[in-house]
Amino acid sequence: MRCFLNLLVPAMAVTLNFACVAAVAQTPAYRLGRTPTAEEIRKWDIAVGPEGKELPPGSGTAKQGAEIYGKKCVSCHGPTLEGSLLGPRLVGGKGTLASLKPVKTIGSYWPFATTIWDFINRGMPPKQEGSLSPDDVYALTAFILYKNDIIPESDVLDAKSLPKVPMPNRSGFFPSPWPKWQPQEKRPFGMYP
Amino acid sequence: MNSKQSGRRRFLKKGGAALVGMAVGGIRPARGQTTEPPIPPEGFRPVGERSRFVKTARIPVRPRSPHSFTPQQDSVGIITPAALHFMASHGHIPPDIDPQEHRLLIHGLVDRPMILTLEEMKRFPSVSRIHFVECAGNSSPNDRSRWVAETIQQTHGFTSCSEWTGVLLSVLLKEAGVQSGASWLLAEGAEEGKHTKSIPLEKAMDDVLVAYGQNGEPVRPEQGFPLRLVVAGWEGVNNVKWLRRIKVTDQPYMTKSESSGYTSLRLDGKARWFNFELGPKSVLTFPAPGGRPLSGRGFYEITGLAWSGGAAVRRVEVSTDGGRTWKDAQLQEPIHRIAHTRFRFNWNWDGEETVLQSRCTDDRGQVQPTLAEFCKVLGISLDYIKTTTNNVSRFNATYPWRVSRDGSVHNALFS
Repeated sequence: MRCFLNLLVPAMAVTLNFACVAAVAQTPAYRLGRTPTAEEIRKWDIAVGPEGKELPPGSGTAKQGAEIYGKKCVSCHGPTLEGSLLGPRLVGGKGTLASLKPVKTIGSYWPFATTIWDFINRGMPPKQEGSLSPDDVYALTAFILYKNDIIPESDVLDAKSLPKVPMPNRSGFFPSPWPKWQPQEKRPFGMYP
Repeated sequence: MNSKQSGRRRFLKKGGAALVGMAVGGIRPARGQTTEPPIPPEGFRPVGERSRFVKTARIPVRPRSPHSFTPQQDSVGIITPAALHFMASHGHIPPDIDPQEHRLLIHGLVDRPMILTLEEMKRFPSVSRIHFVECAGNSSPNDRSRWVAETIQQTHGFTSCSEWTGVLLSVLLKEAGVQSGASWLLAEGAEEGKHTKSIPLEKAMDDVLVAYGQNGEPVRPEQGFPLRLVVAGWEGVNNVKWLRRIKVTDQPYMTKSESSGYTSLRLDGKARWFNFELGPKSVLTFPAPGGRPLSGRGFYEITGLAWSGGAAVRRVEVSTDGGRTWKDAQLQEPIHRIAHTRFRFNWNWDGEETVLQSRCTDDRGQVQPTLAEFCKVLGISLDYIKTTTNNVSRFNATYPWRVSRDGSVHNALFS
């Protein structure tokens, strides 16, 4: 698995043309609240970015993931990951994006594997959010990626390997078709959607 | 006589004592006593309710969906009652948050990370601003359930406007001391799914509000009690509710909502990330499908709402002849930036079938497109919009209503 995203993400931020806000004379004026402990921040800071810097220790494989999927996910996403009224489909859609009926799944559409980990970790399964261990989340991510033919069944996903998973639609996005547009500026006529 | 007199005396004695007690209690309560609230009369309502004859209500977006639409057909003025504000939350029901327990954490690329209670939030200098919040999917035409929708509530029920009170995010970020190199932030909610959204720091330092007040009362649970972001004029998904955390970063986090959801997939299979500002838009709320029908020829005041994601509404034109001619509507003042603006237009209906619509221009000179113009700009056909399963979000084209000879009003987007 080759890593080609580390360079792209900072480039994207630049393309969006948002100037860094200079840290100008920001001395506290009101002195309210208190300083959180490092442990408090660690507990709350669950977000995982595209470089995966925040991924916790742990690992998992598609095989382990299949077992967890059967217990925790199958009732909404279905035995073949095709989805149901309760949950979206997680596989398929390859080659459909430029068609009249695009099928946008993790496999066909999502640009970053880290986003799968982050979303399962924070939001799944409904009503039991946050109940899965890091190992469980690595395993489920591996299972979904395997079912989308993105990684082999034997791959072990961890904090190092997950951000490097080459998502098929990684280059299918662009930040803006009008790269010079900035907030507060008039847009070309009709250019909103 | 005697008994009557003594009865009257007893009454005076009692009543007089009670009055004296009340007067004393009102001015200076006796030490160690708590001041009792005055005894209310029968039927007194400590919290007011609307008349039992008023039935207007939100409706679920789909069967069993927690998401709901605002009843635009019954709207008057520019403020949406908090109880009727639309609700969208990516499937989560509003969490039941004890404000005493709630905390906001600000951390990341800041000199002084901080944890704030709601009480501490309320000690910061505050501002009140009137802004709309609109879901990117409001009036989206690609979903058949919308363009054949029977009511304006179903087509346009995903925008609402409130007076929001709170602390400018820039005040909090300056207090925390944003470090050089920071360019984005990640905002996170406290609901079960912990919705997150990356927002450019430039916008955060401009006019983003951390709101605890909505229309003069605490933000309602459906709208993010006790704290929420109001990201003025940007698509609804940015307005993180039940706000619990802000992390200052040097790049977007590519969360589900921004890296796959809320992207714009084009015909060529490429998609755009980070759609921010909503375009100029307007709709007639009367006459409108789902609202009062017309009762024969004669005078009617046409009225509606106009808004724009980065500006103030400068002009609204109304057409009563299927878009052939347009005339200026009257705008209700004061006009607030990035807020619903009420417009009105006097009309004498001749009783014949016709098509009504409105068109908005903002003070940046941005004009609301017609459906044909919208399609032309995107290089798509009307048939594409009707047939595709792709999301056509941030749809801001003019939206026509057909008035039939019997006075009924119907969705006429494609006819």
